[in-house]
Amino acid sequence: MFENIRLAFQGIWSHKMRSFLTMLGIIIGIASIISIVSTIRGTSEMLKQNLIGAGNNAVTVNLNDGDSVYDVAWGDTSKKTPILTDEIKEKVKNLDNVENASFFYSRTYADGIYYDDSSLQGGKIYGVDSEYLNTCGYIIQNGRGFVDKDFSEYRKVVLLDNNAVNSMFGEENPLGKTIEIKGEPFTVVGVYTNSSTYEPTINSIEDYYTYNQDMSGTVLIPNSSWPIIYKYDEPENAVVRAKNTDAMSKVGQKTAETLNAAITDSNSKLKYKAVDLLERAQQQQELSESTNRQLIWIASIALLVGGIGVMNIMLVSVTERTSEIGLKKAIGARKNRILFQFLTEAAVLTSLGGVIGVIVGLILSKIISKVASIPVAISVPAIVISVVFSMVIGIVFGLLPSVKAANLNPIDALRRE
Amino acid sequence: MILEMKHIYKNYQQGKMDVPVLKDVNFSMEEGEYVAIMGPSGSGKTTLMNLIGCLDKPTSGSFLLDGMDVSKCSENEMSDMRLHKLGFVFQSFHLLAKQSAIENVMMPLNYAGVPKKKRREIAFAALERVGLAERVDFLPNQLSGGQMQRVAIARAIVNSPKLLLADEPTGALDSKSGQQVMELFQKLNEEGVTVLMITHDSEIAEHAKRIVLIRDGVLREKEVPANE
Repeated sequence: MFENIRLAFQGIWSHKMRSFLTMLGIIIGIASIISIVSTIRGTSEMLKQNLIGAGNNAVTVNLNDGDSVYDVAWGDTSKKTPILTDEIKEKVKNLDNVENASFFYSRTYADGIYYDDSSLQGGKIYGVDSEYLNTCGYIIQNGRGFVDKDFSEYRKVVLLDNNAVNSMFGEENPLGKTIEIKGEPFTVVGVYTNSSTYEPTINSIEDYYTYNQDMSGTVLIPNSSWPIIYKYDEPENAVVRAKNTDAMSKVGQKTAETLNAAITDSNSKLKYKAVDLLERAQQQQELSESTNRQLIWIASIALLVGGIGVMNIMLVSVTERTSEIGLKKAIGARKNRILFQFLTEAAVLTSLGGVIGVIVGLILSKIISKVASIPVAISVPAIVISVVFSMVIGIVFGLLPSVKAANLNPIDALRRE
Repeated sequence: MILEMKHIYKNYQQGKMDVPVLKDVNFSMEEGEYVAIMGPSGSGKTTLMNLIGCLDKPTSGSFLLDGMDVSKCSENEMSDMRLHKLGFVFQSFHLLAKQSAIENVMMPLNYAGVPKKKRREIAFAALERVGLAERVDFLPNQLSGGQMQRVAIARAIVNSPKLLLADEPTGALDSKSGQQVMELFQKLNEEGVTVLMITHDSEIAEHAKRIVLIRDGVLREKEVPANE
């Protein structure tokens, strides 16, 4: 075996130009596949980072009516909405991989929020518990967060995010100012923000709708004060923080399952469902992958053509070396030995092409990332598969020439000079 | 008896005709013999050589080589016979141009599965036997015709074959190197190697201890020369 590989390299080296041209098809094919795969992976990594937010593994679990989030303001109020008991909440907090959990009331399109004459258009208002900021990975930028007395004394206090501050106050300092929510005065005690920079990338119209709301601002009030402006016993949503990014989907599902135990009416269309950002990232990824998969098919055609080139050159090589094959058979080489010699040569040739292709592909993806400012991520499995695949091409397309060589009749082969 | 042929016939298909090339050949050799088969071209001597060399099978008749019935051997068994029991020397040397003298000699050892370290040792000894110890790393194109043929002879004897087959070994050589090659065969035979040579040149055949003539596919012994 080792001897055959050495012989193969010798053969390739002695016909440098021919070998290179033969490998070219394989090189081009593998190089395109590697650069496409690197680009796919890079893009999806970027999407994942953007959607999830670095280091923030929070999953929101909303009450859904059919396919959309249930909103008391618009929802069918005749439906019996579930009430989350302390017992259920405790269960969620004790689930595997859950670091923290928080529960909140919400209006996803809040109206009637004013500061002087400027209103908060299309913003969100949440009635949150004391764990909310911590669970979502928010920090207080100015002022203070909610304290225990805010909850126990039903204080009408409010926290704003930067978008809400911008749309209602502009440059003005909001701290200590009073805003109006549904006619009730609330005092701004603090401004909160993301603990890590979170810059959503708008890649599609869906992204736009998703982030548009985030852009218009969020207002937080203590959940105990919620019935002052809205109603008692409104359904709550949950946000849970997973211990790591990979556990997010699982944690979201488990939480939804646990919360669904609160839904007593089995015919209800209301169900808790996790807003799975990881899943969304994966969907995005699949979208870009399906486009790129077509590119991989095209690259595979290059590989096929390359394989046929290898077969062609191997046939030429067998013809050229007829007398060598005849001699080897005459001095006692078995048929299989000749077969393996030529198969090894073909496999080494294409594997070498594969390795060169991988190197070219990696260089190419670096260039792509520089020129088009798309991030690229090198995929080790893709590299291994590429090299193995090119070896397989060599074996498949080398088979016919090798069989031909092995079946040469030594008498005829020796007569040929 | 190292080789025993009885009633060997060999026909070749030519179109729809069956052309007989060997007709009722009876031939045998003892260990340590030095035999020359002589005949003009077209007499069937190459066909006979191919049969003895286990490159082809007879149409009918029995052929025992070192006790093995070749006509019943499979293709792989015939390969193994060539590897272990036979050594070939060709008119046109058939050395691999890209490999050094010793690498050429090592090739049969490789097929025989001799460990790598031992191969070089054995091959070197074979080259020493043919007087080329100083040229082991030369490429064939750096050697003279006579030297190339001696490398080929070293390759043929490296597996210690039962029978050394030489097909016109001096055909491509000038008379001086031809003479040296013939002396080498003589020496090897004296060392105990059984040699069978095929030639059309009676002068070359004279080196052998026994000459067999072939004509039109029929074999007959030549009288032992008086001076022997």
